[in-house]
Amino acid sequence: MGPEAFNILYQFGVNLAFLLFASLGLIVILGMINIINLAHGEFIMLGAYTFTFSYHAGMPFLLALVVATLAVGLFGMVVERLAIRRFYGDKLIALVATFGLSLILSQGTLLLFGPSEKSVPLPLGGFSYGPFSYSVYFLLLPVAALALIAALGLFFYRTRLGMEMRATMQNPEMARALGVRVDFIYSLTFGLGAGLAGLTGALYAPTTTVVPLFGQSFIAPAFITVVIGGGVNPLLGALSSGGFLSVITTPLSSAIGTYAARIGLMLAALIIIRLLPDGFSAYLRELRARRGVRQARQTGDD
Amino acid sequence: MSDNRHGNDDVTQSDATLGRDDATLPNSGSGGFTVSRRDFIKSAAVVGAAAAAGFPFIQARAASDKTLKFGLLEDRSGNFALFGAPKYHATQLAIQEINNGLTLRSGPTGPGGRGLDHGYYDDTDDILVQSGDKGILGRKVELIAPDPQSDNRQFQQLARRLILQDKVDVLMGGFASSEREALRPIMDQTKQLYFYNNQYEGGVADEYTFCTGAVAEQQIIPVMEYMIAHFGKRIYILAADYNFGQLSAMWTRAMAPVLGATVIGQEFIPLSVSDFTSTISRIQEKKPDWLMMYITGQNHSNYYPQANASHARFPMGSSINMAQGYEHLRFAPPALAGMHVAVNYMQEIPTPRNKAFVERFHKMFPKEPYISQQTQNAYIATHLYAIAARVAGSTDQVAVRKALESGIGMEAPEGWVFMDPATHHLSHYIRIASADEKQHISFVQEWPHIEPWWTRRLGVNLVRTPEYKQYTPAEDPLFKKYV
Repeated sequence: MGPEAFNILYQFGVNLAFLLFASLGLIVILGMINIINLAHGEFIMLGAYTFTFSYHAGMPFLLALVVATLAVGLFGMVVERLAIRRFYGDKLIALVATFGLSLILSQGTLLLFGPSEKSVPLPLGGFSYGPFSYSVYFLLLPVAALALIAALGLFFYRTRLGMEMRATMQNPEMARALGVRVDFIYSLTFGLGAGLAGLTGALYAPTTTVVPLFGQSFIAPAFITVVIGGGVNPLLGALSSGGFLSVITTPLSSAIGTYAARIGLMLAALIIIRLLPDGFSAYLRELRARRGVRQARQTGDD
Repeated sequence: MSDNRHGNDDVTQSDATLGRDDATLPNSGSGGFTVSRRDFIKSAAVVGAAAAAGFPFIQARAASDKTLKFGLLEDRSGNFALFGAPKYHATQLAIQEINNGLTLRSGPTGPGGRGLDHGYYDDTDDILVQSGDKGILGRKVELIAPDPQSDNRQFQQLARRLILQDKVDVLMGGFASSEREALRPIMDQTKQLYFYNNQYEGGVADEYTFCTGAVAEQQIIPVMEYMIAHFGKRIYILAADYNFGQLSAMWTRAMAPVLGATVIGQEFIPLSVSDFTSTISRIQEKKPDWLMMYITGQNHSNYYPQANASHARFPMGSSINMAQGYEHLRFAPPALAGMHVAVNYMQEIPTPRNKAFVERFHKMFPKEPYISQQTQNAYIATHLYAIAARVAGSTDQVAVRKALESGIGMEAPEGWVFMDPATHHLSHYIRIASADEKQHISFVQEWPHIEPWWTRRLGVNLVRTPEYKQYTPAEDPLFKKYV
């Protein structure tokens, strides 16, 4: 692979990783329990803070990642128990409640810890190829994102807990009737979404400064990715829309500039929402269903 | 420059001693200036002219029971809390000093400083002196400072409240240029005396507005000169895609040919962008000698660690970094290694007078992590207002405005500053601050006195012709040739 091609591929990978990490926690909560979590950015911020504090307290990098993920996940479960649970019937009230939560979290962080924390140095260094040089850490981010999605896929489709989560998502009444502890599954799912947001914050904390509004830069890309992906199948949705948006933005930002890429991203989102209002994942499911019907017909003909 | 200053140490010392039992101007029954005899003779002409122009040199009235209301709008929450909160604290410190009968040394000595026999710059260590006044003209200063929360609409609402309901005698505040522009029409409408205490892109010419921050001609030209001399002539501009970034980039493009350099590329980054992968690749392809950085805000701050991780290490020049948001203390090094910024103030300035100021500030606010440029500006603006009110002998806003236009110079922690009557902007002591691999700051070049001259060239003279607008480089015929 020539240096130019590798450069484009690297940019594509960095874009994809950012969209996937930004949106995974949001899409899991939206897809599984149908709550639009406006505090998503603040969960990411909490992950960044926990990670930074843990790292500066002397923990190794990877351990601090795990601690941040678990801490924000647990925090999410507590929040679900205390507040979110009351609003399951009403999507709009839940929206306002999570918005309030986001304000409390960001301004509370400002009051408690002040306007900025000292950041963590980026590990792993860089390397050169052709006229360009790269960061190993950024190169590994897309790999980590894909590995995370694979792991979540295994969890949802190969474990009993994952199955119970999917069952609860499809039909909570029936799941309850079959002995699934639906309430626990709800808070666990919310915790999972929060934990993923926490992991995102931790992973991206070394790439910037850690401030109370840390989560803001993730919010717009996260929501665009989620809306285009749709909540029908969270993992497939995130993967397909993340991939699609990166394919659109990478050549634009590489050839023209970040401004053009931003316009491209918005235009692509507009068109997709017009054509596929329920997002990629609903469309993919429909495709599969249609193919299934056709196959059934064909086998019937035999 | 520093050599020169050290050479004058004894002179400076003797002058400082002189200063303590200075002869005072006739008006200083109000506790106004402390000026040496030498200065007095030199400045007699200035004062005479001012008096002839209807300068109200009257004795202070008897101490009034009524407090003086000082309105302040600085962001203590929201996006700009990091920048606004320390300004609020600096204003509190200055007001405490004013209420305790202290002031910064000042006098109507005109541009050039206090006028020593030898040397150019009076490096007096003791700049905080007795004002002979309690508060301002005997009135205790009361700070009214609601939090506008980094929200332009809040700024407008709170400004109206401060002016119409609280009837403040002076109003200061605002961080972003958008905040200032949200406030200015209200100030003009209500004829409210207003101070904007931030470095910005320059060009404001407004009868009611006084700007104490450094502007483009005081920052961009010095840093470009330094960078071209030390790193080369091929410049790549990276700018935030809004008012400040666009105008500063225009300045850079206009000055490059004048300074014998070329802009080989430029990119405007939307404020919402936080991923710089493609930008870094493009810069690496173009291989500039150095980068002119006008990127700003939380999202854009991602550039430094990203570029550093990709080993894209270019020397950088800027007018906004480090001095405003102390990135050199917040980022893990060496993300900002090679950054050069033209500043009128940074906490690290090693002069005794600044060390004393830093100590005073941190004693009152031990939790505040850094004294940024705008923090010092807010501090000196507050003292400047008090000095002007004493010169006017009144807190009547028209009289104070006239006094601010009388040619007041003042010893600030950064050095000597002078309020230019024509443009309502301060002259500044400008330094190039450079960050090394460990992000330690050193000052590599200094300009003791740079005036805010640009709008003067466009014919601005607020003393004679009131105006209420902001000029852009596009209105400058000389710049049109290049941009």
